[in-house]
Amino acid sequence: MENLKEVILQYVINEYLEDDSVEVTFETPLLTKGIVDSFSMVSLKRFLESKYEIQIPDDRATPEAFDSVSKIAELVDEFID
Amino acid sequence: MSNIGSYEERVKNFNWKISEDELSYNAGDVINIGWYCSDRICQMGKADKLAMIWEGLGGKEKKYTFDDVRIKSNVIAQFLRDLGIKNEDRVCLFMDKIPELYFGCLGILKIGAIAQPLFSAFGDESLHVRLENAETNTIITQKKHVSKVRKILEKMPYLKHIVVVDDDGRKPLRERELAFNMDEAEDVNQFEIFPTKAESPSILHYTSGTTGQPKGVKHVHYSLISQYLTTKWVLDLQENDIYWCTADPGWVTGTSYGIIGPWSLGITQCVLDTGFGADSWYRFIEKNKISMWYSAPTAIRSLMKAGDEVVEKYDLSSLRHLASVGEPLNAEAVIWSEKVFGLPFYDTYWQTETGSMMICNFPGMKVKPGSMGKTVPGVTGGIVDPETFEEITEPNKGGLIAFRPGWPAMMRSYWNNEETYQSKFKNGWYIPGDKSTIDGDGYFWFMGRDDDIINTGGHLVSPFEVESALLEHESIAESAVVAKPDMVNMEVVKAFVTLNAGFKPTEELELEIMNFIRKRLSPLAMPQEIEYLEKLPKTRSGKIMRRLLRAQEWGEEIGDTSTLEDD
Repeated sequence: MENLKEVILQYVINEYLEDDSVEVTFETPLLTKGIVDSFSMVSLKRFLESKYEIQIPDDRATPEAFDSVSKIAELVDEFID
Repeated sequence: MSNIGSYEERVKNFNWKISEDELSYNAGDVINIGWYCSDRICQMGKADKLAMIWEGLGGKEKKYTFDDVRIKSNVIAQFLRDLGIKNEDRVCLFMDKIPELYFGCLGILKIGAIAQPLFSAFGDESLHVRLENAETNTIITQKKHVSKVRKILEKMPYLKHIVVVDDDGRKPLRERELAFNMDEAEDVNQFEIFPTKAESPSILHYTSGTTGQPKGVKHVHYSLISQYLTTKWVLDLQENDIYWCTADPGWVTGTSYGIIGPWSLGITQCVLDTGFGADSWYRFIEKNKISMWYSAPTAIRSLMKAGDEVVEKYDLSSLRHLASVGEPLNAEAVIWSEKVFGLPFYDTYWQTETGSMMICNFPGMKVKPGSMGKTVPGVTGGIVDPETFEEITEPNKGGLIAFRPGWPAMMRSYWNNEETYQSKFKNGWYIPGDKSTIDGDGYFWFMGRDDDIINTGGHLVSPFEVESALLEHESIAESAVVAKPDMVNMEVVKAFVTLNAGFKPTEELELEIMNFIRKRLSPLAMPQEIEYLEKLPKTRSGKIMRRLLRAQEWGEEIGDTSTLEDD
């Protein structure tokens, strides 16, 4: 799980973070903090599905489920299992 | 009692002078939106009234009175004047929804310059084409966005100043950049406002077209006359209301009804500068006892998706009136809002070019869920035949929406593009490009766009702009972009591409292309799906037939394919 979180965190930092002075942790709220928006969430979901060879149903890919690296990792972990 | 009273009586007795009189404006007078939204309200005895309750990340809150708005906008105006910025120079606001954006807009208007607000999620390419078209003199931004400006700086010799409002000195500023801290600047109590007149340019908003680059929609200070009155009559803002317009001032709703409308009426408004979240939105309404809420169908449908149980966690009894804008509001959303809030969302229809509301559901009027409502008093609207542009009077027959020009907030031109501006007028009508019917009671019912423009989450995206950007990716040989139906955003961007030799149609490449467009243009313009094709459907003359691809996405009849290129 820790490794999963690290991979997601790095992807978020590399792809979505505009302000490099902002610190992003596993618990940072990504959507409410404006780091990822609802449109960009689609590309993040696509990354996760491709990387872990899973399918996340649209009704599970909610703003709440994507609002932190930890929450995303929990969701991904569920489908990897 | 609503502000409008009887809609029918207002239509019968309408004259724009009603608004002019309430604003104490006479033809030929100086009219400056910056002054009307701050100094005038203070002179009316509301200097100590709250103008803005702002909340940012982590619940950080700031409150400003109308006197603060007056002084802060003076501070910014003085700073810009000291930089040598003159009337009609273009000053871009490229910021998140921070207080500097709102006060900066008024400050720019106070010196007679033209405010050019741009959505802060735009990537460097989207930013560049808009700054280049306007030959923008100055951009006011935040340190988180300055890297986008740096990427394109060499291509913009006309851009003299890059003002960073939150520089903390940790990283050195570069060529043409300078720091400005609104809160640390000395108060400017008296400021000589530039004497703009009715036809002086005020705001330049950019909107997407089917072909060519985005168009700069030029508005003038006289737009205040219809923005003030529609805010009063349609949004029904009253003295003790707490108002929340969820739109970003990077788009026209955020300026017309997120700055000018409420503040010219002296109304307290709230701004939430965080991303969307059902819990955070409901909490914001509860905390600030918001009474009038102006939002967008995409947000409303996202709230529906989040479920009724989330609504039940909050006390939303302060709400008394709700309205929506950006795209047609589906009947289900109206019915849902009546169920959960006890109030329907009143749909409003207008666009960047119209500057103010045109077809609306008014307080006191029977709402027909799914309908756009009726024309605003003072606006003559109808449906015209798409070929002859003659008015269609038969109820329920589809045609193009059309308005007789002459309302105060109508755009005055497209920046450097008079030809396209003129093409919007046919047979004495202004044609906004949407199709509708009118029922026997005079209610308009939206049918769709008359062109290939994609309306995603209430924002217009040009397929041409996305196709052009796609071709800049090394793997793509040809591209075609169409709207794809979406439950929440109404439409999303879908791209069809053919690949250059040596590239394989993989999932990894699809993601790479998506992110390429997201960064270069904006998240809105990012294709949510990319389909690889061996070849794109074209006419014999080589024109890509988007119509076929769109029909495929929407499950519609393909129609005439006689001009389709043979295999």
